[in-house]
Amino acid sequence: MNKNKAIINGRDLVKVYQMGEFEVRALDGASIQVQEGEFVAIMGPSGSGKSTLMNVLGCLMSPTSGEYILDGEDVSDLDKVELAQIRNQKLGFIFQSYNLLARTPALENVILPLFYDRTSLLTEEEQKEKAIKMLNAVGLEDRIYHEPQELSGGQQQRVSVARALVNDPVMVMADEPTGNLDSKSGAEIMDLLVSLHKKGVTIVMVTHDPAIAEYTDRTIHLLDGKVAREVINGKEKK
Amino acid sequence: MKPFKVIKIAWLALWKNKIRSLLTMLGIIIGVAAVIIMIAISAGTEATIQEQITGLGSNLIYVQGSFGRMAPGADSSGGGLVYDDAFAIADQINGVQGVVVEQSSTQTVKAGATSLEDVTIMGTTADFPSVRDMEIASGRYFSQQEIDRTTTIAVLGSSLAEELFGEEDPFGQTITVGTNVRLTVVGVFDEKGMVGDVDYDSRLYTPITIVLEKLVDNQFSRFLGDRVRLIYVEVDETVGTEGERTLDDVIYQISLLLAKRHEVSLDEPDFTITTQQDIITTQESTTAAFRSLLAWVAGVSLIVGGIGIMNIMLVSVTERTREIGIRQSVGATPNDIRWQFLTEALLLSLIGGLIGVAAGVTGAWIFGQASGMRTEIVVSSVLLAFGSAATVGVFFGFYPANQAAQLDPIDALRYE
Repeated sequence: MNKNKAIINGRDLVKVYQMGEFEVRALDGASIQVQEGEFVAIMGPSGSGKSTLMNVLGCLMSPTSGEYILDGEDVSDLDKVELAQIRNQKLGFIFQSYNLLARTPALENVILPLFYDRTSLLTEEEQKEKAIKMLNAVGLEDRIYHEPQELSGGQQQRVSVARALVNDPVMVMADEPTGNLDSKSGAEIMDLLVSLHKKGVTIVMVTHDPAIAEYTDRTIHLLDGKVAREVINGKEKK
Repeated sequence: MKPFKVIKIAWLALWKNKIRSLLTMLGIIIGVAAVIIMIAISAGTEATIQEQITGLGSNLIYVQGSFGRMAPGADSSGGGLVYDDAFAIADQINGVQGVVVEQSSTQTVKAGATSLEDVTIMGTTADFPSVRDMEIASGRYFSQQEIDRTTTIAVLGSSLAEELFGEEDPFGQTITVGTNVRLTVVGVFDEKGMVGDVDYDSRLYTPITIVLEKLVDNQFSRFLGDRVRLIYVEVDETVGTEGERTLDDVIYQISLLLAKRHEVSLDEPDFTITTQQDIITTQESTTAAFRSLLAWVAGVSLIVGGIGIMNIMLVSVTERTREIGIRQSVGATPNDIRWQFLTEALLLSLIGGLIGVAAGVTGAWIFGQASGMRTEIVVSSVLLAFGSAATVGVFFGFYPANQAAQLDPIDALRYE
């Protein structure tokens, strides 16, 4: 595992929201680095800017200022279309509420990122095979044609994990992946993420739950839009 | 992105909301069907009129009296057409093949125990069958001598004969017209059908002198001569096609003759002359106006259908905000989203258009069967309606699709 290649290199990231007459600095000069193969948790109380950081790192929005290099590519100042392509090529998302297309079979949900991939050379048949492989990898081989409403929360989250991996992303963004699950299903999902991490997948996870954060190598604590402290394998950095 | 895949996705989205999709399409279906049916009806009407007119021949001239100017007993030379005018035209104008005078009266007709009210009694002349293109089915028509002698005979229209006599042979039977006019049936016409709004089959035909003397006799006829409403002049086929004589010349000569006979000036005639062509032209402009009115009404219903599509698409975009967010998060660009919704709108209107075409064609047929009116599917109207439906789909789908494309992924994902 090459620990030297930076997947995320964000410097002095600032995000300002204009709320009527008020300016809210949701991110106020946060700097964050993530190396390839790392499993990182971002923690912080509500209002600390962790959702905003997640959205910026996930290329769902651009920072107001600061520099964000993702997988060697400067993505700090891209337009909507370019951001969409970056998300499609380099990122996978796991959301708290799964965000699967309703009344759509698991397989179709997993194929979705490939469907929007303009660079893909895969035929429709190959895309399907790949999606099925992903569903097998998350243990849903017998749920391929089930629709989300026929699946348990844990199973739905597994479908979204499969979807996050299908485009071979450089990094998976997980936003409170266990937030809607009972503790048993939550633990299963965390075990799944840990096993992915062991296979070399880079994962950045936002959570408010310290117990969940303990599954990771490193925890970044945010406060008032800045990185307050970092904990590596249970030890305080600095 | 592969177009086929986009269409498939759009189709699946519509299929998931079958009832809603169908209701949305209903506006387009009705609009397209309305265009096709309305144009089919007006085309059918036009064709019917056209056929009737060609059936009558285009070489007819109608001379009508202008009764407006004349008060009874005022100036005996000043008003309207009289019976003798017809003979003057026939005798003195070159290029006239036949002249028919008609004077009608509505009377009760009795034959044995059968009695029919409000039967149109057509008093007419010897040329009537040839000018009006009527065939005798059995018996004979009456001659000029019989007309001159006021012979009490009648020829029946086909449906009148059936109503009065049923299966019985009407020939030689006596019928009573009005209170005391007894006529002997000498013939029955072949079926002619409706011409314009005139049912030739339900009428009774008798020498005009019978009508003039026994049925509409009035105290003024002694001074005025027997007044008639209308004189049909059949012009020789050759007029207007060869030689120097044109239809206009014939009309002018008739005008001169009548003006002289009535002692009126040509600037203020007490009659008007109309040709079959004038009537065709009037009919055509009327049906053209009718047709474009129908087309406009139908067009408006198409636009209403389009607004329905836009309405539902806007609702759909709002309702599916989350779905849009999900698609954006995995890499759908604004264009991908725009195409998806535009394709849905287009599919709605195209499928609606196709169903509308089917409904229109069937509807026109059913309408024709039910109403007895003739309908004719005009291919260009089908294409027009279908094309408009597609245009409407793109036009009214564009705004909602744009709304969808402009959604922010974060807001869309957060939408509950």
